[in-house]
This record gives sequence, C-alpha cells and structure tokens, in this order.
Amino acid sequence: MKRWLSKNLIKVYAFFAFVYLFIPIAYTMAFSFNNAGKSNLTWRGFTFANWQNPCGAPQVCNALGNSLKIGGIATLIATILGTMIAFALGRHRFRGRSAVNLLIFLPMATPEIVLGASLLAMFLNLGINPGFWPTVIAHVMFCISFVVVTVKARIASLDPKLEEAAMDLYATEAETFRRVTLPLVMPGIFGAALLAFSLSFDDFIITNFNSGTLTTFPKFVYISSARGIPPQANVIGSTMFILALVIVLTSQFVSNRKNRV
Amino acid sequence: MVDAAASTKGDLNLTNLVKEFGDFRAVDDLSLLIPEGSFFALLGPSGCGKTTTLRMIAGLEEPTSGKIAIGPTDITYAKPYARPVNTVFQNYALFPHLTIFENVAFGLRRRGVKDVKEQVTKVLELVELGHLAGRKPVQLSGGQQQRIAVARAIVNRPALLLLDEPLGALDLKLRRQMQIELKWIQTEVGLTFVHVTHDQEEAMTMADTIAVMNEGRIEQMGTPVELYESPRTVFVANFLGQSNLVKGKVEGTSGDDLLVSVHGNRIIVPANRDFAADNHENSVLIGIRPEKISLEHAEENTLGGGIITDISFVGVSTQFQVQMPWGQELAVFEQNDGGASHLQKGDTVSLSWKPQFTFALDGTADVDAGTSVNPDEE
Repeated sequence: MKRWLSKNLIKVYAFFAFVYLFIPIAYTMAFSFNNAGKSNLTWRGFTFANWQNPCGAPQVCNALGNSLKIGGIATLIATILGTMIAFALGRHRFRGRSAVNLLIFLPMATPEIVLGASLLAMFLNLGINPGFWPTVIAHVMFCISFVVVTVKARIASLDPKLEEAAMDLYATEAETFRRVTLPLVMPGIFGAALLAFSLSFDDFIITNFNSGTLTTFPKFVYISSARGIPPQANVIGSTMFILALVIVLTSQFVSNRKNRV
Repeated sequence: MVDAAASTKGDLNLTNLVKEFGDFRAVDDLSLLIPEGSFFALLGPSGCGKTTTLRMIAGLEEPTSGKIAIGPTDITYAKPYARPVNTVFQNYALFPHLTIFENVAFGLRRRGVKDVKEQVTKVLELVELGHLAGRKPVQLSGGQQQRIAVARAIVNRPALLLLDEPLGALDLKLRRQMQIELKWIQTEVGLTFVHVTHDQEEAMTMADTIAVMNEGRIEQMGTPVELYESPRTVFVANFLGQSNLVKGKVEGTSGDDLLVSVHGNRIIVPANRDFAADNHENSVLIGIRPEKISLEHAEENTLGGGIITDISFVGVSTQFQVQMPWGQELAVFEQNDGGASHLQKGDTVSLSWKPQFTFALDGTADVDAGTSVNPDEE
C-alpha cells in the first residue's frame, strides 16, 4: 500500500484537485435537472422540465438578455480599444511607455468594490442615471486591461522580421498589417475577447452599483437567492459553461490541425 | 567589371553611405559598386556593419547620409515595398500562417501579377520542392525552409537579391550543399546576389567578388584569390585564412624587389606585393601564408633557427608550430606527400619560401587585427 501510494501520489493528488475544482460545476449541472419546488436547495427528483423551458422562471431570460447585450457591446469596444493599446505598447517606443504599462495594471489591482462605488459617484455627479449604458462603460473600463495584457503577450511573441519580410515582398504598411500581423495576432485577440466577455457576463459588484433598476443575470441570481434560486438559473449557468468548453475545445482542435506535423 | 554603357543598367551603387545609431557609427562612409549579375559577398565579423548595410539596401533602415542607387534610380529613401530588392532573411521569416505556395506567391500577389500559379509552380520546381506546396512552414526541415525563402524572393525577379547570413542556421554538411545550390541558382536566374556572411569559407566558395568589412568600412575588395593571395591589410590577412606576420626593416631595393631585414635575415618582397610602399620609414610587416612555407627545400627567402613546438596531423596536411629565435610562433602547413614526415617536436628547422608569395604590410598596424574576431569558425 505504501509502495503503491508513493508511486501514484501525484495521480491521487491530481484526482482530488480536480474533484475540488469541479464539484461546484457538477453540483450546478445536477441541480439544473432538479424537480424544484419553491427553492432549488434540496433534491426532489429528476426532470427535464427546466431544460425544456429555460425561460420558465419570471425575469430570468430578461436578465440573461441584458447580460448578453452588455457583454457583447462591452467586449466589442474593450477588444478594439485594448488591441490598439496593446499594439502601441508592444510595437512603439515612446515617452512614458513604461508608465502606461504600469497604469494598465491598476484597474486589475483595484478592488472592484472601490471601482464600482466611485464609478457610481462619478456618474451621479455628471448627472447620468445608472442603467444600461453606464454599466457598459464600466464593463469596458475593467475589461480593457485584460485585453491589453493578453494581446500584448501575443504581439511580443511575434517576430518583427515577418513584418519586414512582408514589406520586402511589396506589401504596404496597411497590407502588411492585414495579411501578416493581424492574422498572427488574431488568436490573442480572440482569447482576449473571450476573457472580456466572461468577465463582463460574470460581473456582479460593479454592475450592482451602476445598473440601477436594470437586472443582469448575476444580479438576478443574487436577488433571487433571498427567496430561492429557480432551477432555470442552473440551466443557464450550465449552458454557459458547456458553451465556453465547446469554444475552447474547438479552438484547440483548430490550432492543433493547423500546426499538425 | 562590365563596360561603362552596361554599368548604368542595374548596378548597385552605394555612395558615401553612413549609418549612425546614437554615438555609434555602424557604417562609416561606405562607397561600393556592385555590377549587375554578380555574386557579391560582404564579409566581416559580427558588428562590422555588414547587416546594417544590407538593411539599408533593403529599405529596412534609413541611412544617416549617403546615397543608394540601382542603375540610374535613386532608392535611398524609397519604402521597402517600393524597391526592386528582395531579401532572404537570416531565419527565413516564412509566414507561419500561410502555406508554402502562398508564401512564395506573396510578392506576386501584392504586385498584382497575373499568372501567379504558373510562376510559383516553376520556382518551386527550381528549388525541387514542388511537392510541398500545400504544407505549412513548420512542417519543413531547416534546409527546405531555406530553399523556400530563396524561392519566395527570386520568384519576384528583383534587380537585387539580398542574402542575410542565409546558411547560418544550417548544419555544416547542409551548408556546404546549399552553398553549391545557391551558386547554381544564381547562375540559373542571372540575378545580382548580395550575400552577407561572417563565414570566410562561405564567401570564398560562392562569391565572384568579396568586400571585407571591418568597423563600418571596407578593408579590401576583390576576387577570393586576390584577397587570399594579396591581402592589403593585416585584418584581411588574418580574417581570411591564416597568415604569418613578422616585423622587419626596409633596407633598400634591388631592381624591382624590396629588401627587408627580418631579425637579421634578408627577405625579398616583389615591388608589386609591397602594400606598405607609402610607409617605409618605420618597420613593415612581412606576410607569408603557412602553406607557402617549406621546411624541406631551401628557397630565396629563409628564416632559420626555428624549433618545432607542436605538430598536428590533419589528413591532407600536417600543421607545425615553429618557435623562432625572437620568440614568435609561426605556422607552417606541409602537404602529406612524405617530405616532412620525419620531423619531430624539438627539431630545429629553417622556414623557406619563394619571394613571389611574400607580401609587405604597414608595420604600424596591430599584428593581431582580425585574428580573434571569429572564434567559432574554422
């Protein structure tokens, strides 16, 4: 037994680590099939009903729609702006570059509760009421840093000789960017967009401050937790997880095929 | 050199080219004419300015001052994509996201050429890699990538093909094979090749004309034979192959020959091999290549009293280190034709050679210039 353990300790450890990581997700998925009554806390038997009618609970799909809209718009803006910043930082030497590099990290390091509260104060001072667009602006703000960091890493790994080669082969600056730089940085931009969307979709603290009466999916879950979360929330949570998994696996598969030797 | 009428057609002309990076002068007032259709090598140690020169010709670096022209066209400040020059990059710089076919077609497509498929197919056949057109660069070996990099450049039929240490990443055997292949391709397509390298053997194997560069300037330019047999500077004498350089004093002339006293021995240097003619007051350096020296036969130029300190057998020849009475170690290469096989360490020998192989250099120069700059070669 001791021998077996010393040989397989790392496997045992890995097994328990993964169990630890995935128990909450497995729990969420399992309870999406719960024949829940008023609350979804105790197991009352298996049913497909929740999956057949994901919008069954009042307001759940309205909240989901808001989250998807905010996530989509914020991701688009943050990815475009963040990518441009990443190119500026990764490709050009200018005064204050290292300061900008540092400042970009600040929003990531600042506690969300502080950001959320001060954003609200700022919006109110400007006479802007909390709601959809203030939430989008807030999400763009905290997503940009993550986009910059992700895309910059990709740009740093790009050989500048490739761009020189393109220019040497009669491609203008614009063509070089479109034909060589952008395609090679694209996986980084794609990853950054996914990250930005998941951060936005998931955000509760900053959203809670700045959305006013608008309900997003995390807000819906939080509010309904007081009187019982409907199983439809589990259905939507599981769907998002599966969707993310499919996207990650697909992109892995595609890049493996591309680089297959 | 081609005649004057043709020389304006597609020759590369560098005039007083200077490139400074801050306080550092990488290229120092360089002037050079590379005739159309030649295989030209820029040879020098790393940091000598050869790559910077190449990048200025390609348009990837802007000269601080000076002029670059191809034929009558001034291209000094033209964008890289607006000049008829293509480059084979050191690590090939193939586009990893494109197939081999699209890599080669890249330049043709940007210029809007019609028969892309036909031209790409033809050039891939020239480098014998037509069967790999559908692959991605990562799926190719180093030698194959190298040939694709050449194909991608020559398919555009540039006035000038630049090669930046093109064989540096290949192993020795493959490098030898590619040297021959590149030379063959150059003859086949008839383009002007400008080849940058720190490998003197590579330069001598491939190039018609070599310019040896050092500290941003050209030390000497000529055919491989000229550079090897008649080096004009200590740097060239040491950087290309190996030289024995011994200090001496000019005693006078006899007919067309220069007479030099070297530690009491009289050495004859033919006047046309006296490359220090304007500086005779001080000492001169007498140069002789190791393989020109005989330990067996007495010739007109002789330095006696040497003691063999080391013998190494290298197959075709045996290399002797001989310590001279004044302490200097000289190198002697003897063919393994039986003549010197009886010699042993500690034997006293005389070094003899024909005057026609001797050369004289400026005696004020640093005797070690160009010796230790290239420890990884040879």
